[in-house]
Formats: sequence, C-alpha cells, structure tokens
Amino acid sequence: MQKQSISTKRKAYITVMRVLMGISVSVTCALVLFLIGYVLWKGLPNVSWELLTTKPSYLSNRIGILPDILNTVYIVLATLVLVLPLGVGAAIYLTEYAKNKKLVEMIEYTAETLSGIPSIIYGLVGMLFFCQFFGMKTSLLAGAFTLVIMNLPTVMRTTQESLKTVPQSYREGAFGLGAGKWRVIYTVVLPGCIEGVITGCILSVGRILGESAALLFTAGFAHALNGIFEGLGSAGATLTVALYVYAKENGEFGIAFAIAAILMILTMFINLSAALVGRYFQRRRIV
Amino acid sequence: MKNRKRLMENAIHGIFLILGLITVGCVLLITIYLVISGIPAIRKIGVLKFLFGKKWASTAAQPQYGILPFILTSIYGTAGAIVIGVPVGFLAAVYLSKIAPPKVKTVIETAVSLLAGIPSVVYGLVGMMVLVPGIRTLFHIPDGASLFAAIIVLAIMILPSIIKVSLTALEAVPKEYEDASLALGATPVETYFRVSVPAAKSGIAAAVVLGVGRAIGEAMAIMMVAGNAPNMPGMFQSVRFLTTAVASEMSYAADGSLQKQALFSIALVLFLFIMLINAVLNFFLKHSKE
Amino acid sequence: MKKFVTLIAIVSLMLTAMTGCGKTVSGSVSTDGSTSMEKVIGALGEAFEGNNSGVTFTYNPTGSGSGVTAVAEGRCDIGLSSRNLKDEEKAQGLTETILALDGIAVIVNTDNPVNDLDLETIGRIYRGEITNWKEIGGNDLEIVLIGREAGSGTRDGFESITDTEDVCKYRQELTSTGDVITTVAGNPAAIGYASLASVKETVKALSVSGIMPTEETVKDGSYVVQRPFVLVTRSNTELSEAAQKFFDYITSSEANEIISSAGAVPVN
Repeated sequence: MQKQSISTKRKAYITVMRVLMGISVSVTCALVLFLIGYVLWKGLPNVSWELLTTKPSYLSNRIGILPDILNTVYIVLATLVLVLPLGVGAAIYLTEYAKNKKLVEMIEYTAETLSGIPSIIYGLVGMLFFCQFFGMKTSLLAGAFTLVIMNLPTVMRTTQESLKTVPQSYREGAFGLGAGKWRVIYTVVLPGCIEGVITGCILSVGRILGESAALLFTAGFAHALNGIFEGLGSAGATLTVALYVYAKENGEFGIAFAIAAILMILTMFINLSAALVGRYFQRRRIV
Repeated sequence: MKNRKRLMENAIHGIFLILGLITVGCVLLITIYLVISGIPAIRKIGVLKFLFGKKWASTAAQPQYGILPFILTSIYGTAGAIVIGVPVGFLAAVYLSKIAPPKVKTVIETAVSLLAGIPSVVYGLVGMMVLVPGIRTLFHIPDGASLFAAIIVLAIMILPSIIKVSLTALEAVPKEYEDASLALGATPVETYFRVSVPAAKSGIAAAVVLGVGRAIGEAMAIMMVAGNAPNMPGMFQSVRFLTTAVASEMSYAADGSLQKQALFSIALVLFLFIMLINAVLNFFLKHSKE
Repeated sequence: MKKFVTLIAIVSLMLTAMTGCGKTVSGSVSTDGSTSMEKVIGALGEAFEGNNSGVTFTYNPTGSGSGVTAVAEGRCDIGLSSRNLKDEEKAQGLTETILALDGIAVIVNTDNPVNDLDLETIGRIYRGEITNWKEIGGNDLEIVLIGREAGSGTRDGFESITDTEDVCKYRQELTSTGDVITTVAGNPAAIGYASLASVKETVKALSVSGIMPTEETVKDGSYVVQRPFVLVTRSNTELSEAAQKFFDYITSSEANEIISSAGAVPVN
C-alpha cells in the first residue's frame, strides 16, 4: 500500500484534536483524583469511633452521627421493601402480560418521564401528598414513599432488560408442557431475571444514599436515636441531609467532611457490588 | 381444578396490571398536584407579570413575584454547564473508546462511574470550601458565591453522565465504518471525528439531553455555592435558580399564603420547562435519525 | 414466592400501622423553628430526656417563620421563634410565651480592624449608603453584606432595630445563624448578624455604641440589638402530656442554668 503524504492542514487538524482530547482526559482524571483525594484527606481524620456510635449532645458539646446512619438504613430498607415488588411487578406485566401495545408504550413513556423529573419537585409533591394529604407528617416513611416513586423507573428498567434476555424458547417450552402463564413466569422467567432485580436494587440503594433534595421537606432533619418503627414514624436526617445541615447551618466542616468521606466510601462499595454482581451473572450465562 | 388455576392466573394478571398502572398513576399524580397547587398563584399574579417580572420580593411590604431572574439564571446556568461539560466529556469519551489502552480505559471508566455516584451535597461541600474562596481570590471580587461557581459545579456533575452515554454510543458504531474510512486513507484521528462521531450522533445527543436534565434540576449543590439572592443573573453575581428559589423559601412560607402558592407555581414552571426541553430535544433526535 | 409476597404485604402493613402508632405514643415532644435557638432548646431537650426516660425530644432547625408555620399546621408540638409573633399570627390562634432574651451580635471577620460601630452607621451600611470598609476606619475592601432569609426572626429583629426593614441590600441571604457565622468567618470583607448564643471565636462581635454584647448587657437592655426567644403554641389545642411537661419544665426557674450556659438570658 502506498503511503500518501498528509497535507499540513490535515496534520494540524489531527494535532489539535489530539491535544484537545488529551486536555479533556487529563482534566477529567485530575477532577476525579482531586475530589476523592480531597474529601478523604479532609474527612477521614475526623471519622472516629465516637463519631460513628453516638448521638449529638448539646450538654456535653459532642457531635455523633449514629442517628443519621440509622435513619439512612431505615429509609433504604423501607424504600426497597416497597419499590421492589412494585417495580418488578410492573416490569413483569409489561414484558409478559401486556397485549395492548399502546398501554405498554404509555407506561414506558411515563416511566422515562418520571426519571427526568428533578428531585426537588419530588420533594415538594411528596411533602404535599404524603406529609399533608396522607397525614404522615414529616417522617422517614414519607421520605421513603417519595423515594419509591423516584426509583420505580430504575427498578422497572433493569428488571425489564433482564426479562428480555430470557430466551423465548424457554417460555414456549414450558407452555408446551401445559403450564399456566403464572407458573411459567414463576418457574422459568423469574429465576432468569434475578440479575436485573439485584442490579436495580443496588442502583436504587446508590441513588437513595445520595438523595437529599427530596428528603429535605419530607423527612426533615432531626437527630433523634430511634428503633426502626419509631424512627420511620418520626422526622430524621439521613447522612446526606445531615452533611448539608452540618456544613451549611452549623459550620461544622470537620464533621461534614467526615460524612462526605463515609458517603464516598459507601459509593465505592456500591459500585464494586454492582460490578461483582454483573461479573457473577455473566459467568453463569456463559456456562 | 382448571377453574381454580384460571382464577389464580387472572388474579395474578390483575395484580401485575395494577402494579403497572401505579407507575402511570404516579406521573399523573405529580402533574395533577403541581398544576392544582401552581395555577392559583399564577392566576392571582398574572401570567405575564409572573413569568416576565424582574423583581422577586416575596416578603416585602408590597410583595412582588416576578420570576424572570430565576428563569434566566436556570437557563444561563444550564447553558454554561453544557458548554463546558459537553465538549470535555465528549472528547474524553472519544479518547477512551478509541485510543486508550484497555487497562487505562478500565481504570478511568471506574473512576468516572465513581464520580457519577457521588451525592450532590458532597460536590456542594467541596465547591463551598474550595471553589468559592478560590473564585474570590482569583477574580478579586468581594464574594465567590456566584453564577460562575454554580456553572463549574454543574459542569463537573454532568461530566460523568456525558462520558458514559457518549462512550456507549461510540462503541456501538460498527467497526466496518471505521475500517472503510481507514482503507480510504484517513488517519485514525480523522476517522474518529469525521466518521465515528457522526455515526454516534444520536447517542451523543442523548447524553446532552441527560446533562441538561440533570443540570436544570440540581438544587442542593447549587444552594451551597450560588449565594441565593434573587438578582438578575450576572456571571459573578449571587444568584438564585428556579430550584433553589423553591427550596430556600418553602420551609417558612405560610400555608395558604400567596408566597407559598407562588413557590408551587415556580415548581410548575420548572416542571413544564423540563417537559418542554425533553420534548424538543427528542423531536430533534427523531428527525436527525431519519 | 407466595410466602415472599405475603411477607412483603405484612411488612408494608406493619410499617404503615406503625406510623399510626407513632401519632398516639405519649412519649414524644416535637419542636420546630428558629435556628438561633438551637443550642438552648437542644440542651433543654436533652436534659428533659435525661430526667424522663421514655420520652423522645426532636428539634427541626428550619427558621423562625417556618417554626410558626409548622405549629400552626399541627406538624409539631411547640414552635420556636426568635422574634415576637405578629398580629396576624396571633389572630391565627397562636400563643407566644417568652423563654429567654438573646442578643444579636453584629459580626465581622477576625482580620477586620474595626471594633465598634454605632446603630446609625450599621443602618447606613446595610442600606447600601456606605460601601467600603475604609470609610469607617477599616481596610480598602468592598463591604459584603450577609443576612438571613426573609422569614428569619434574627433578621426581623436586626432590621427593626436598625431601621432597615425591606431596604437591606444583601449579597447573600442565608438560612441559618450558623451559616452567617461561617460565611463571615471565611470572608475578610463580610459583615453579618447572628444570635449571640451561637457566636464562636471564628468571628469577632462588634460593640454597638461602645457596649459589648454580653449576658449582662442584654439583660439590662444596654445592648440594644436583642430580641426574645419565643415558644409558640396553638391557643385552643392542648399539648400532649409529654409536651406539656416539657413546656412547664423549660419555663420554670429550674431551666435557667441550662439556658444561661447555652448563651441566652433566662426571663423566668
């Protein structure tokens, strides 16, 4: 093959693009390194056993984030308990049962719309609907219900994609053997979509952990130490809301960075879990 | 026996149908509630005065409720974030998908995923502690909390989503396109930008839509870096976005007061804005596909 | 699978039932409102919990205006406001009980050489008539005005005493006393106002017309920039047993020591 000589104009274009790409990647990497490094550097020194296991006390002038940690756990559990059946159920309906194409399209379109709405609007509607109309007052439960609506599209989508990977021949085989529709789903399809459900679960946990705007007006920012049922019925700050309050309203930056470091480590952990789950199921599929 | 089986089948079908309809119900719920809560104030204030009024003074003796400052700030802020975030993200994605060695690619991809998962308050915290004082010293202005700070933070926040979606789009370009271009004498870099990128256009456009959505809906991080005064937008002015306008006054607006209703109206405007932007961008996407 | 579904149903029902239970539990006191009152009410609540096991005390720091709204709407037992109730609020069926007095400190950055300002100068600064620190003996820096959100009791008190209502030209409107302190601490050209009880060594409190803000000067009125800490309750609804007990406790002289150590001036 003859090697043509490249015109200077083209050479210039190539160099410019290379430089721009280099800058973009370096900027991105620098940002990531700086963010993670800075937060961990400022936050980890402040993470102490005392911080993690006590509640804040005015009388002894001490700050502890145990109530916030517990509130976060409660709200994650409550949300998952509600969003998983709803999301998985809706996904099953859409892929297995729905005959009406228009209905399916409408549901899918509304799910897409739901995921684009800003979280502050969810917070507002959640406050109006769950706190006032349903009378839940400012409580973790109201916050959980709001988060359920926010995460519904994610769970639905991941379950749907997983359901679609189950080969149609499996279903036809089961039908051929005389099984009813539900039986087919129960025995053949559901096991196949476990991966989607778990991934959706993990993604939702990640999103719930990071959510703050939707919880400001629905779950409040109290720091009381409660058991799970009491906690769900009363106002409580989650880790993200606590971070905001400590940083912006109390000026306790050490604590804020400590919470930020904890959140960052949790995010890393969640990403890792999602990746491991993906790899586990991929190996199973190949086998 | 058969009847019982059929009964159960139908029952299950019904349950799943209901679960599916709940999703639709949720969107309807949100729309209806926003509309019901948002319309009264707009009526009382007057649509034009509300949308185009330049002064917002909700608790003054003579209250005024013009939200033009908020609308413009949201537009400028989002536009600024897109102008910075999209080129950087897109170029990085091209590098990652076409040029980077596999190991480097995996490392950077993981890092970007991590960035995507970080809660917005953490961005706000770092912005508040590093960016705001930095802007103050760098540009010699009295206070760093400004539109500029918000734009930078937003750009950083949308970067991961843009990179991820562009990556997927670029990887979906059939190798034959690129091989053909190389065979015709183009260099790799030219191929990427003149062939692969246009082929991945719709995916990249989707990335932009995603970025716009996230930027215009962000509240927490902005509350910590933008200063929160209801001024008309200026690059180094303290500003309030549509989202932060709702968030900052909601907690103390008295129930039933015009102020609270006006806040719902702002939320309604925000909601409609987003629906509009999504519809317009999707429209262009569909057309460019053809 | 069936068992799983039933389990989910039961758990969901239980969760919802528990909220119902939450409403009738007698051992809870919920307060909501002023951020300036945080240390005082927080300490009082903690002491109360210590003396009465089985009672949970919650405090939501949302701002005076928000606290008044919350108690009016029935979302909390006792509202907290760092200003007197307005006539319209009283007409809504709300009663005010003064808990303590609090000075509003006028604060500047620790690097600022200015130590004293009189009331009139403060007013002129906030009205935008004086714009540079050098005009009043400070450095050559543009003055950065920091203030509170419109519903704040602290802002209400400050603006009415300095006669700057509705005309303050704020650079930033923040939503809590702590935030004002943080912002002023971080900007050498800033000036702000914050609850005396919350002021830390990170900022410098100015003396007003020569009077330093201390507990004594607030109590005898010589430090004029002050306002009351007010407990807001609904006039025609009785407080729950636990809430009433808390109310009686904090308005009695037993609580005075805690109030003083938190930085405010008790009145009972």
